[in-house]
Amino acid sequence: MTTPTATTSPAVPEAHRLDNLLSPSGPPRRAGALAASATFGWRAILKIKHEPKQLTDVIAIPVLITVVFTYIFGGAISGSPGNYLKFLLPGTLSMSIALVTMYGGARLAQDVTTGVFDRFRSLSIWRGAFVLGGLLSDAGRYLFASGIVVILGLIMGYRPDGGAPGVLAAVALVAAFGLSLSWLWAAVALLVRDPAVVISIANVVLMPLSFASNVFVQPRTMPGWLQAFINVNPVSHLADAARDLMNNTGSAGGPVAWSLIATAAITLVFAPLTLHLYSKQG
Amino acid sequence: MSENRVAGDGPAIEARGLVKVYGETRALDGIDLTVRRGQVFGFLGPNGAGKTTTIRILATLARPDGGTARVLGFDVVSGRNAIRARVAVTGQFAALDDDLTGYENLIVFGRLRGLSRTASRQRADELLAAFDLAGAGGRPVGGYSGGMRRRLDIGASLIVTPDLLFLDEPTTGMDPRSRSRVWELVRQITAAGSTVLLTTQYLEEADQLAGQIVVIDHGRIVAEGTSAQLKAQAGSATLHVRLLDGQQRSRAQAVLAGTLQGPVQVGADPLALSVPLATPADPADVGGLVGHAMTRLSDARVAVAEVALRQPSLHEAFLALTGHPAGPAATDSGDANP
Repeated sequence: MTTPTATTSPAVPEAHRLDNLLSPSGPPRRAGALAASATFGWRAILKIKHEPKQLTDVIAIPVLITVVFTYIFGGAISGSPGNYLKFLLPGTLSMSIALVTMYGGARLAQDVTTGVFDRFRSLSIWRGAFVLGGLLSDAGRYLFASGIVVILGLIMGYRPDGGAPGVLAAVALVAAFGLSLSWLWAAVALLVRDPAVVISIANVVLMPLSFASNVFVQPRTMPGWLQAFINVNPVSHLADAARDLMNNTGSAGGPVAWSLIATAAITLVFAPLTLHLYSKQG
Repeated sequence: MSENRVAGDGPAIEARGLVKVYGETRALDGIDLTVRRGQVFGFLGPNGAGKTTTIRILATLARPDGGTARVLGFDVVSGRNAIRARVAVTGQFAALDDDLTGYENLIVFGRLRGLSRTASRQRADELLAAFDLAGAGGRPVGGYSGGMRRRLDIGASLIVTPDLLFLDEPTTGMDPRSRSRVWELVRQITAAGSTVLLTTQYLEEADQLAGQIVVIDHGRIVAEGTSAQLKAQAGSATLHVRLLDGQQRSRAQAVLAGTLQGPVQVGADPLALSVPLATPADPADVGGLVGHAMTRLSDARVAVAEVALRQPSLHEAFLALTGHPAGPAATDSGDANP
């Protein structure tokens, strides 16, 4: 971005300069839906550029979960961290992205609490542009966080049998699921309008989904009621799908289908709700 | 100046019986407004009176619970896209992005107003220069002073010249120099043909800028008129006299008491007297009344240093109209934002 050239000339009385700028408006123009969404996406990137600490969540969560759980559980569960990685890494990929999704909702709630949200809402633009722009930047964050998990895995000795296509397919699937959760947290953010409350609610939902899943261990030894929960938990299906794709087990079809159904179902419920809440005149 | 930039010559704003309820609070309790095009319309009231709620409804950000409003000829509920394309909102509740630079803020809003990339950049440069922000354009808005921020705020609302500009408390918390700067901007905006609806807690601001003023309190309109009309409602003018010699004050007091009907007040200043004038049937009689009093003082050999005829201030008018003073100290309840 170029910085504007400073050309204030005190010799010109301000009145003349402003008069030239105020022109009778022609027929009102309207920004296109794509251009408006892209502008909001660009705004999100600018915010990261000015406040790089906004990336803390997408760096810290994948690193902590991947590294810490590999070395805590690896020896006990699979004899060595190296063996465990094959099972764990696709799971931590799913879990990391699921956890990172809540911060998009928190940022949206932050925008709502400052007046900038109402300013955007007062413009004649497609009502989905603001949320979609946020989702564009969320997608970028999820890919970034996925990259961290995969690279860490490779450094720690993980070798995916599915190769690059398997890894990319798993990342795409996980990011798509993450975006469905983005819609969910966006709806929550527009309802509660408080970043801290969004994080609290998201934690209450995401912690059981992450830990009461098959991300860390197979649930064979767990009590029946817990197994029942784990078997319907979309994060379990997502972790299974990512495992099958990255390790090329040949049995990816079922879990992938379940993950896509969960992704579609969450999106179909919360995308319309979010758009409705956004355009609702309070 | 082009008065009829917009198709149709109807009023810029026409509202009838606007009601907005938040829980138990009737934030607006039947607001009627008619705002002519091309003027500054002042919306005066203390915090929590309903100013911001009214603007939110007129700017299509909130839906009225009762009543109707048309802005630039479009209904605020069914015609909101047409309104949004033609109005701009600035103020307390419609802020800028603190993380972005001033330049980036203007480009974001330029793009969202339908300008091309090139046009947005050019417009951003022009506006920064015109608002004396060229040097600060590359810095995040979070570090701006209140005056700089508000100038950028107004600049962002002029990316496409709006037919109607909502200015919500544009100078709250500003130093006097920045304040008069913003006032000058507002005058220029209306001179170019736009209509401005301005809310303020400051009586002086309404006095300086607004051709027409509405006083709002507890969600109701308590008075409406020009600044002079509102002051006239608050009471009559007062004659202030200052003498050269304090020894003559009791003689002056007797003369004035005999000439003018009002009670003569003598203050702590030993040279000063004041007389509230009984409102004559014909305002033109005030000059004659004062002239007569001056002649009688001269006849009595009283040396007069200063004479002034003062209307009540808008502050006194507000007090008389609402029963409590205007201004930030009047009430600590925030304006009813949802």
